[in-house]
Amino acid sequence: MDSQGLSSYFRFSDVNWPNMWEATWETIWMTVVSVAIVAVLGLLLGLLLYETAGSNKPAVKVLNWIVALFVNVFRSIPFIILIVLLLPVTQVLVGAITGAKAAIPSLVISAAPFYARLVEIAFHEVDGGVIEAADAMGATKWQIVYKVLIPESLPALVSGLTVTAISLIGYTAMAGAIGAGGLGQLAYTDGFQSYNNAITLVATAVIVIIVFIFQYIGDFSVRKIDKR
Amino acid sequence: MIELKNVSKTFETANGKVEAVKNVELTVDAGEIFGIVGFSGAGKSTLVRMLNGLETPTSGEVIINDVRIDTLKGKDLREQRKKIGIIFQHFNLLWSRTVLENIEFPLELIGMPKAERETKAKHLAELVGLGERINAYPSQLSGGQKQRVGIARALANDPDILISDEATSALDPQTTDEVLDLLDEINQKLDLTIVIITHEMHVIRRLADRVAVMENGRVIEQGPVSEVFTHPQEELTKRFVSSEVELPQTTDVKQIAQKLLQKNPTGKLVELRFSGQQVERPVINELSKNFPELEISILEGSIHQLADKGTLGSLFVQLNGTEQKVQAALEFLNELQVEAKVIEHG
Ligand SMILES: Nc1ncnc2c1ncn2[C@@H]1O[C@H](COP(=O)(O)OP(=O)(O)OP(=O)(O)O)[C@@H](O)[C@H]1O
Ligand SMILES: [Mg+2]
Repeated sequence: MDSQGLSSYFRFSDVNWPNMWEATWETIWMTVVSVAIVAVLGLLLGLLLYETAGSNKPAVKVLNWIVALFVNVFRSIPFIILIVLLLPVTQVLVGAITGAKAAIPSLVISAAPFYARLVEIAFHEVDGGVIEAADAMGATKWQIVYKVLIPESLPALVSGLTVTAISLIGYTAMAGAIGAGGLGQLAYTDGFQSYNNAITLVATAVIVIIVFIFQYIGDFSVRKIDKR
Repeated sequence: MIELKNVSKTFETANGKVEAVKNVELTVDAGEIFGIVGFSGAGKSTLVRMLNGLETPTSGEVIINDVRIDTLKGKDLREQRKKIGIIFQHFNLLWSRTVLENIEFPLELIGMPKAERETKAKHLAELVGLGERINAYPSQLSGGQKQRVGIARALANDPDILISDEATSALDPQTTDEVLDLLDEINQKLDLTIVIITHEMHVIRRLADRVAVMENGRVIEQGPVSEVFTHPQEELTKRFVSSEVELPQTTDVKQIAQKLLQKNPTGKLVELRFSGQQVERPVINELSKNFPELEISILEGSIHQLADKGTLGSLFVQLNGTEQKVQAALEFLNELQVEAKVIEHG
């Protein structure tokens, strides 16, 4: 057993840089792919929640209730449990239960309901007067969605997606601990389990940098599109 | 052009029924500017929202150009809505779009090709005096400019009817007048029928040909603006009219009147109302010629131009003399068809 003094953090000669690179790309890949799927799925679910809210038609009410239940249930399952719970589903969908690809279903299923809620809130914040104006000009429901709701709530949609992306980066690390690859797995197996603190430290630093970059891109886009 | 036949609208709310509009009969002729005035909650918005099916009447018929509006649904209703432009109190522009893109919005809805859309929108921006600001975003515009965008957008589909729901209520007096002038110009240039809702009689006076006064969901009085201004029948109408015609002088005149009344307790303070040609008649001159022994002091006067080319004047005078003479003078004024109202000591 190696000594565990503080100086062990800085024994960078122990770091296998090509492995670190590969893990970094795996993390970025998992994040980007899951964010892309979550963006689409969350938007659809959020729209469904928004459109079915406050109706008095029984069928619509039931639909709203089902979607809201689904969203609330999956939002409240801790990720590390969800990923284990979904192992059989992942096996069927991806054909494997380890590797970056296998992490995607659980990442998406945990983050999409969260983003759907943010989307719903963003839509509700669009000025009702503008929607009524579009309605009065003879816009169809669908035209109102893609010409009014989405463009008018875009800053909120993007900042919500940024928050979602950042929590997804955290989830990828957790997924890594049970074999999804990426920086989480590297920090866990090569760092923690091999008593190699320098690797853990570098993996942490890289994750922080990735988070900062996502945050920066998100903030920058919001500033660009917000003309209010 | 627009016909409302015995239209009522009742809202069912958690706290019971709200009768927002009750048995309204109304016709608006093509090309005219029709004003609807009333206090908050009178049912004005509910009434005009029925003109484009944003609200359906509980009973009665809404007919525009011989088409029943209240029974339209789906595509037919959307097509009908495209023929009616609306401008709103809070403009309701899309902040994510530039001036030009906002004006293009209704044209996008009908699938007009981009180049054609742009040409038309630019033309409309010129018409409302915003040719220079087509690339600005609404957040960069003043209230008056935002409303101009609203007007241009409402005109994009070449509507037959323009509805203005409190379109100037969020603007200062000067900007209000500019927007009213623009509406007047559009009415003449494009031969558009305009229905204008307001709680300000000023807007009616400046713009409307005919007016309907609403109270508690009912139309309590309607007629040509010059008539309603000169001969208001209902209490509420009188209040509206006097708020517009008399407001400026109240306190000053009251004080002077008090003094004059104290000095000549037998004298009578009289408000004279002129309309139409009487405004141009030398009424006071004739009065003093016919009643040389009567002392006439003029306190205050004003003339208002009405949108339908009528004029409305009011003059406060004090008549000092014997009771009989004053009475005779009042009868004389009556013969000249000048409305004379004796103001009892205030
Ligand atoms: N959707 C609705 N549900 C319930 N009640 C409503 C609804 N819309 C309007 N009302 C009620 O109907 C009445 C008339 O409202 P309306 O908006 O037509 O008045 P208004 O004359 O336009 O007033 P304002 O000058 O404030 O705009 C009010 O008492 C209002 O509370
Ligand atoms: Mg209103």
